[in-house]
Amino acid sequence: MKLRVLAAMSGGVDSAVAAARAAEAGHDVTGVHLALSKNPQTYRSGARGCCTIEDSRDARRAADVIGIPFYVWDMAERFHEEVVEDFYSEYAAGRTPNPCLRCNEKIKFAAVLDRAMALGFDAVATGHYARKDSDGLLRRAVDPGKDQSYVLAVLTPAQLAHSMFPLGDTPKDRVRLEAQERGLAVARKPDSHDICFIADGDTSGFLKRRLGSETGEIVDAATGEVLGDHDGAHQFTVGQRHGLGLQRPAENGKPRYVLSITPVDNRVEVGPREALQVEHIRTGEPVWLAPERTGPFEAEVQLRAHGEVYPATVTADEQGLAARLHRPAYGVAAGQALVVYDPDAEAGDAVLASGTIDATRSPAAADESVEAAGV
Amino acid sequence: MAYLDHAATTPMLPQALDAYVRTARELGNASSLHASGRAARRIVEESRERIGEALGAKPSEVVFTGSGTEADNLAVKGLHWARRGAGRNRIVTTSIEHHAVADAVAWLGDHEQAEITQLPADKFGRVCVEALDELLADHASEVTVITAMWANNEVGTLQPVEEIVALAAPHGIPVHTDAVQAIGHTPVDFAAGGADALALSGHKLGGPAGVGALLLKRDTKCTPLLHGGGQEREIRSGTLDVPGIAALAEAVDLAVRTRDSEARRLTDLRELLVDRVLAIEPEAVYNGDPEHRLPGNAHFSFPGCEGDALLMLLDAAGVECATGSACSAGIAQPSHVLLAMGAGEQDARSSLRFTLGWSSGEDDVEALAAALPEAVERARSAGLS
Repeated sequence: MKLRVLAAMSGGVDSAVAAARAAEAGHDVTGVHLALSKNPQTYRSGARGCCTIEDSRDARRAADVIGIPFYVWDMAERFHEEVVEDFYSEYAAGRTPNPCLRCNEKIKFAAVLDRAMALGFDAVATGHYARKDSDGLLRRAVDPGKDQSYVLAVLTPAQLAHSMFPLGDTPKDRVRLEAQERGLAVARKPDSHDICFIADGDTSGFLKRRLGSETGEIVDAATGEVLGDHDGAHQFTVGQRHGLGLQRPAENGKPRYVLSITPVDNRVEVGPREALQVEHIRTGEPVWLAPERTGPFEAEVQLRAHGEVYPATVTADEQGLAARLHRPAYGVAAGQALVVYDPDAEAGDAVLASGTIDATRSPAAADESVEAAGV
Repeated sequence: MAYLDHAATTPMLPQALDAYVRTARELGNASSLHASGRAARRIVEESRERIGEALGAKPSEVVFTGSGTEADNLAVKGLHWARRGAGRNRIVTTSIEHHAVADAVAWLGDHEQAEITQLPADKFGRVCVEALDELLADHASEVTVITAMWANNEVGTLQPVEEIVALAAPHGIPVHTDAVQAIGHTPVDFAAGGADALALSGHKLGGPAGVGALLLKRDTKCTPLLHGGGQEREIRSGTLDVPGIAALAEAVDLAVRTRDSEARRLTDLRELLVDRVLAIEPEAVYNGDPEHRLPGNAHFSFPGCEGDALLMLLDAAGVECATGSACSAGIAQPSHVLLAMGAGEQDARSSLRFTLGWSSGEDDVEALAAALPEAVERARSAGLS
């Protein structure tokens, strides 16, 4: 069936090939570059970001070569409100957000998709590596190294129904080769890795400029002893080992990790790796991409982008998902998504549901709130 | 395909294209002394004479440039630099200028501390001359140059350039006018108009892009932007683009000779377009001065729609027009002209400009009328996101 497809084109190789494939499949494709920054930099430096004017030009040139119309949509205000402000407030609350996931949830498959639908488009195509099967399930991409089903797991079934991921069945190196064969100049452009709105890659500096650098204490979680100080609890992520700036090593000589962050008193607790062990995880309100279940059922869960996968027993209600891991995870940060997969080696693991992690419990330490929540 | 964006660029007139191709086959640098050079020089000088004749200027007052933007920059910066001095560092401009003028003025303000006075515009997009009168009463000695466009490129409103010249003349302040949109559409006579400098552009009147001219009075001092071989009275160095100049002369000559009949034809066509648009979308606001405007310009705001969305939908339906606003990094900014006319930011973002030219006909208007209802409906449901 011929669809009117809006291809979101970042200026990178993936979205360019995705647009080309959608066009080649016979769809009526229009390329759109999303301008996400009010004051874009003119040139990108290195492999960082995707918000420069040069990226917009690269996207336009790719659209020329593919032979599709091209426009720039100004999403800067929405992006700032929904993604950048969320990024600040999540860190300020002691959590670790994933802005790419938020952008998919609030911008690409919400603001952009809504606008596209109103303007008469049937679907939004992106260069994400994920598969959609004929039952409407979201599955992992063929290329395990590039799989992005995790950052797409926040979509609702309705959003997913109007999405196209033309690259899910192809390994990345083949996509680059195809870009070259298609004469797309972006074939050799490096991948973007960092957070697109932090042009210099300095997340810590970015947060300091907004959230300040108030001195706080770094405390030994077990003894309560003050080990040092820091210039802002938002500089830390649970599970972080480096950059603590502690002069004294632990008595057993083992490294210390960030165990918890308490923004109210600007306090960071540290301790040994064992103390990071988590077996019970609880999320906020779930989004289901498969028929809802209450469980308990057996599944696999993923706790951060490109992170490890854990077998788990999952239960669910309207308030959230609860996962009991069959082997412990280390350094699980609140604010990240818990994505539940139904493993399927052949067709690709299918996303069942996702939720934002809001509480964890280690096997040793009992945590009342998690207990009460019924994990 | 219906092309309704002649103010952005208009197709080359066949005669101008012929002149271009014919001349481009010939060898010769107009500055060379040998036979080839003399032949090239002759074409340039004949072109200069034709342009002067068509626009009421002496041949020696025609300074060829690489674009309308260059002509505007040369006039604004050149006249300002030539006259600035102790107690005199103020440029008077308007709030509705094209970026070629507005940004040149802003640059002088940002980098050379020039004082800037922007004359306001009324709700029709017409510059308020009273404000100039008041300013000159007290501050005439501070002013280096006054720059005011002949006709607005977005909403098409004709400007009171002669009144501005009349106010400036007693104080000896030179006036530059950006007439890029006006030539060939409305009578422009350099000598009678009294401005010291006037910019025009080839591709807006049926000539090629990449060539323009500044009409500059002989006794008006102008500091050059480009230094080099000393061409064009040493005001604009650079080897002359002989085919471009030949084609420009052909286009100016033809556009001016057919101006009155074309203006009548385009006015009728525009009125048809306005009727069609307002019949389809009664809420649409017809911007600009309903009478004193460029014949081919129709500019509307469509409440509740984003101009960008309308443009894309019409483009998909084969109707080409413009939002009329400038781009910054490909992002449409609310039009400074509409803001100056008192529109809110939302209205300024909901506008579309349709402009007609020599190749336009009723079928273009009817194509728009056919595509517009669905475009407006969809754009409205997408809203002003």
